[in-house]
Amino acid sequence: MISLEKLRIDLPGFSIQDVDLSVEPGEFFALLGPTGSGKTLLLEAISGLVPITSGRILVDQRNISRLPPEERRVGIVYQDQALFPHLTVLQNITYGLRYGKGRQQNSEGNLGRILGQLNLNHLAHRSIRNLSGGERQRVALARALAVNPSVLLLDEPLSSLDPNFREDIRKALKRLHHETAITFLMVTHDFSEALFLTDRAAIISSGRIQQIGTTGEIFRRPASPLVAEFVGMKNVFSAAFETRKAFLGNIELELDFAVSSSAKHLAIRPEDIVIAKDTNHETKNTFRGEVVGVSHNGLYYDVFVNTGGIVFQALITKGALLETQLVEGTHVFITLRPSAIHTL
Amino acid sequence: MRNKLDPFSLLTISCSFIILLFILLPLFEMVLQPSLESLQETIQDKDVVRSIWLSIYTSSLAALISLLVGTPFAYLLARKQFFGKKFVESVVDLPIMIPHPIVGIAILSLAGRGHWMGDILQALGVRIMGSVTGIVVVLTFVGLPFYINTVKSGFESIPVRLEKVSRSLGASMTSTFVRITFPLAWRTMLVGMIMCTARAISEFGAIVIVAYHPMIAPVMIYQRFTAYGLKYSQPVAVWLILVCLALFLLLRVVSLPRKEQR
Repeated sequence: MISLEKLRIDLPGFSIQDVDLSVEPGEFFALLGPTGSGKTLLLEAISGLVPITSGRILVDQRNISRLPPEERRVGIVYQDQALFPHLTVLQNITYGLRYGKGRQQNSEGNLGRILGQLNLNHLAHRSIRNLSGGERQRVALARALAVNPSVLLLDEPLSSLDPNFREDIRKALKRLHHETAITFLMVTHDFSEALFLTDRAAIISSGRIQQIGTTGEIFRRPASPLVAEFVGMKNVFSAAFETRKAFLGNIELELDFAVSSSAKHLAIRPEDIVIAKDTNHETKNTFRGEVVGVSHNGLYYDVFVNTGGIVFQALITKGALLETQLVEGTHVFITLRPSAIHTL
Repeated sequence: MRNKLDPFSLLTISCSFIILLFILLPLFEMVLQPSLESLQETIQDKDVVRSIWLSIYTSSLAALISLLVGTPFAYLLARKQFFGKKFVESVVDLPIMIPHPIVGIAILSLAGRGHWMGDILQALGVRIMGSVTGIVVVLTFVGLPFYINTVKSGFESIPVRLEKVSRSLGASMTSTFVRITFPLAWRTMLVGMIMCTARAISEFGAIVIVAYHPMIAPVMIYQRFTAYGLKYSQPVAVWLILVCLALFLLLRVVSLPRKEQR
């Protein structure tokens, strides 16, 4: 397990402040945040590669705050893999086996198992110079796992890979976590990766933790506009609230829960906004608007609808777009289901 | 059909030619002028062989000293950020800027009688003026910046993450240097030693002040030129050039990366 207590790191021009975080033994935990939020720095602090200013780092109840990196038993896998270019695949993987007491025990069996788990047996004697991105990432994982660390830190393990390999590595990570008792802490800026792989997550931004919870919880109930934006809620507006009512400019929305007094913002996911050309006027929270933009977004289309001066972003399928023939200027009705509205 | 050269390309190519000619022409001229007999005669002269050997020996020693004390310093400059780093880097470059005779005078004044350091050296039986030790001190002084700057950029080109991963796998800093940094940097260290030796072999101005005797090759060439003229100094110069070229070529070949590693 990993515990960070009141952790503070100061670098010229950037600092991480008051980080309190607890990762359970054997858990797969995600540290989420935009680029430049301090995620990688936090990982390097845990592995001892960056000195901390104050606070404590505990791994399995052992205070490792002031230990040199080589005594921490914290493995790290970087986004760019950082494989040793002058060594073969096997030499890379066995690099750490000569260090530390008791690490050699079972190392033969352990090594064979890891090579098998990551499907690396046939590559063992290859130079790392001619490996594919996915293979490089598997070697980096094997190298870190070979020394049997208490904790494995993963720095954006999927982002440098092309989509074919990404799926591969994602499955491998999930399987490895399942098959070993090692605690995984992954840093990523991609919320969908966290949803797929991890149980819980923390959102970090500008060196501060913004929210900690299960990934599902963060996805459904983001605690701040920043988190909402990060987990893909495109429609975040400041709003005024009354019990079970929200006011967004001239728009009055009905809610199906009592609003807490601290709420200042309202958010709704694009996929939760229903667009129709006609309407059954009895549906709650239905408003007339005008399409002000349609843009292609992979398999879907983003449709921007202006309602009373507020532009909502909705998501529809290509089929639905063809059926409704939405273009700029089309008059439509949008429905914001009360259960899909979040207050922050 | 080939495209006609535009004026810009023409300018770049002609300038390159002029510079190559400017460097090579005097050298060619000098190498070709002495007759084979005079070259043969010169290399049989024990004084000449001794001075060329002394040049190579003292310069290599300077490179070796640079390797030993310069490598940790170069590593520090490549990896650490600290207050006054720019200043320290300028200090390292100083020997390149200072006129050579001044280097000689500065070293002599430090090692001379009456200065505490000179007195200590004398008490220890170390002589700088007119000795091989003095020559090595001067050559190290002028050669060090070339070694440090080359090796520093070599270290900088090795991603620091490789060292970080090595530490996280249980290796100490020393072990990481031996197993990761050195295998990736030894070629630049060799290149740094070549640069340092090359600079040291060409030193004249400071040596003439600190140690006219024992005579290193450049001093001998100068002495023969002033005493007997061009014809008598040229063959020594040719031999010095040939020996140096052979040595540098050999080291260059060793330091080239193997094909698969490129």
